[in-house]
Amino acid sequence: MSRQPGKVSTFLVAAVVRLLGKRGEKREQRERARERERQRELERRKGMSQDELDKLREEEQKGRPGVPPPARERDVGASGAVFGGVLLALLLATVAAAGFIVFYVAFPDTQLLGLCIGLALLFLGVASALAGKRLFPREEAVEERHDFGDEEKRAEIEGILEESVEGVSRRRVLTLAAGAAGATIGAAALMPVTSLGPSVGARIRQTQWSRGRRVVDEAGRPFRPEDVPIGAFRTGFPEGGKFDELDAPLILVRLPWDEIQVSDEFKRFMPDGVMAYSKICPHAGCAVSIYRHPLYEPTEPRPALVCPCHFSTFDVSRGGHLVFGPAGRDLPSLPLALNAAGELIAASGFTERVGPSYGGVRKGPDDQPLHRGEG
Amino acid sequence: MRRRVGRLLARALLGPPPGRRRLPRPVRVALALLSAGALLFVLAAPSAGDRDRVLAQAPDADTERAPLPEDRAPLARTPATEADRRLVREGRRLFVDGCSTCHGFDARGIADRAPSLHGVGALAADFYLRTGRMPLEDPEDEPRRRKDSFYTAAQRQAIVAYVGSLGGPPIPVPHPERGRLSEGAHLFAVTCAGCHQIVARGGIAPHAVVPDLEGVKAIDVYEAIQIGPYVMPKFAYLTPAERDSIARYVLWTQDPTDLGGWGIGHIGPIPEGMVTLFIGLFALLFTIRAIGERTTE
Repeated sequence: MSRQPGKVSTFLVAAVVRLLGKRGEKREQRERARERERQRELERRKGMSQDELDKLREEEQKGRPGVPPPARERDVGASGAVFGGVLLALLLATVAAAGFIVFYVAFPDTQLLGLCIGLALLFLGVASALAGKRLFPREEAVEERHDFGDEEKRAEIEGILEESVEGVSRRRVLTLAAGAAGATIGAAALMPVTSLGPSVGARIRQTQWSRGRRVVDEAGRPFRPEDVPIGAFRTGFPEGGKFDELDAPLILVRLPWDEIQVSDEFKRFMPDGVMAYSKICPHAGCAVSIYRHPLYEPTEPRPALVCPCHFSTFDVSRGGHLVFGPAGRDLPSLPLALNAAGELIAASGFTERVGPSYGGVRKGPDDQPLHRGEG
Repeated sequence: MRRRVGRLLARALLGPPPGRRRLPRPVRVALALLSAGALLFVLAAPSAGDRDRVLAQAPDADTERAPLPEDRAPLARTPATEADRRLVREGRRLFVDGCSTCHGFDARGIADRAPSLHGVGALAADFYLRTGRMPLEDPEDEPRRRKDSFYTAAQRQAIVAYVGSLGGPPIPVPHPERGRLSEGAHLFAVTCAGCHQIVARGGIAPHAVVPDLEGVKAIDVYEAIQIGPYVMPKFAYLTPAERDSIARYVLWTQDPTDLGGWGIGHIGPIPEGMVTLFIGLFALLFTIRAIGERTTE
């Protein structure tokens, strides 16, 4: 079957035009009808007396006949149940906010913290809504807009305002409860301040890697250079260290010597062409887990480590040099050496700070990149 | 009963039928929230099939699963019989026709165009030809999986025999049924998921398209691990047992158990968040519609 887009589109356009035309027609009809109605009404009023006209106008101003006036005014006596409900909601808000404070200090689980502060705000909202709708009487007062210096009138308005609060009995209890809820929620909101400090000092620069520390795999087996074949990548950890800390994981890759474009000074720290980088991307701290290694270099993209989160790309042949992506600096590298048993060890700590970048991370003499590309 | 509930919901969400009063507001709010919750619950509940499979996959069941049919028996590496020699000759003829422009008449490759095929073995030839990655129109292109192989099975067998006769590993025999699913999931997370995504739906790496693994066979997983096609690393250090586990996990991802309910294509948290957002938005809209009040003026 051959498709005929020309015909189909013609049909569609025709259909749209026809529909729009019909709508336009209908609108015109409606407008004509309205015009006729107005004319008739005018004719009718011409024959009326002044009294009848006044009556008509009054009715029009009252609104449509048959619709009751809006229930703006409400006189609510303080019912015990409603009062108790407001009090209970305020109490629960206080308890939830206090729970936030307790959890923040004792057991800072984000889910519990979120639940607590969420419940506190929810109960505060419930209390406010309930109090506003059912507890406080509502009155509509219109203040004439002139003469702000009229003491008498002002006193009158103030009297009305005060009266509206006096409609609530046991006001002090309610004020107390609301005050308690507000104060606890306020205190809960201030709790994160306690997380500031003390100063981390040099701790932020220390890592688990130091001279002589063996590189092991997940199961604790030490790596030898031949465990990192060309074209593969492995994940290494400090022997006996805490593997789940940001500074622990390494990504190990190996390149043939003629592809490594760093100065000889730095090649010393790449035994048999094996190099180690921090597995944590300096951008947002994701695990760098993409290794792009061309099978046939001349026609394929160059070897690089890539972070799967935002595709920051680090050229391994130039010492982890950033070639693409949002990371602000090169991938930190760990100088390697071999011990007497031929196993991979760290030749020193990291030469740059590991983990996501923060203010001033690139300043200071100890943050010079180890591998600077020659080319 | 069901019709009554439906009428009640319609009345709560869309307004009363002419001449009837609206439901009281607390009822409307409760009904709107309940229906949104019910919708989310339906979407988030695992299907009965998935539940059964999870029950069937108790830790013990992990090792006993019906053996999968073996994909292929290994081919002879060196031509031993006259029939083999004829096959290699036929393969050589097809190779000169279809492959030599880039790989060279002697299959030693042409500089800056295509690599030598000496030493890649029947394994690589089988992988590239069977999955339709070769022949390539332009050597600069990324070889991608195609639905249909360019050659017939018989032609493929001949070319594979020819390339195999140049030396290299034979076509492997996978045993995914011997693999352990949990180990496979762990290894896949560490080595493969960076590019292929944890449920093997593929993605991108800069300058390369990462294929999804839906529809691949265990032998494809084996061969790709060994070869590292295009810019994929070679995971030659993985033991056969580990490859079995990975292959088994990859086969599992082709029909995963969705404990969280609707899988949304298994392509990650962003579409999941979008879907939740849209459901939530509509739930909120309906709630607003249900609790709203028209002013009389």
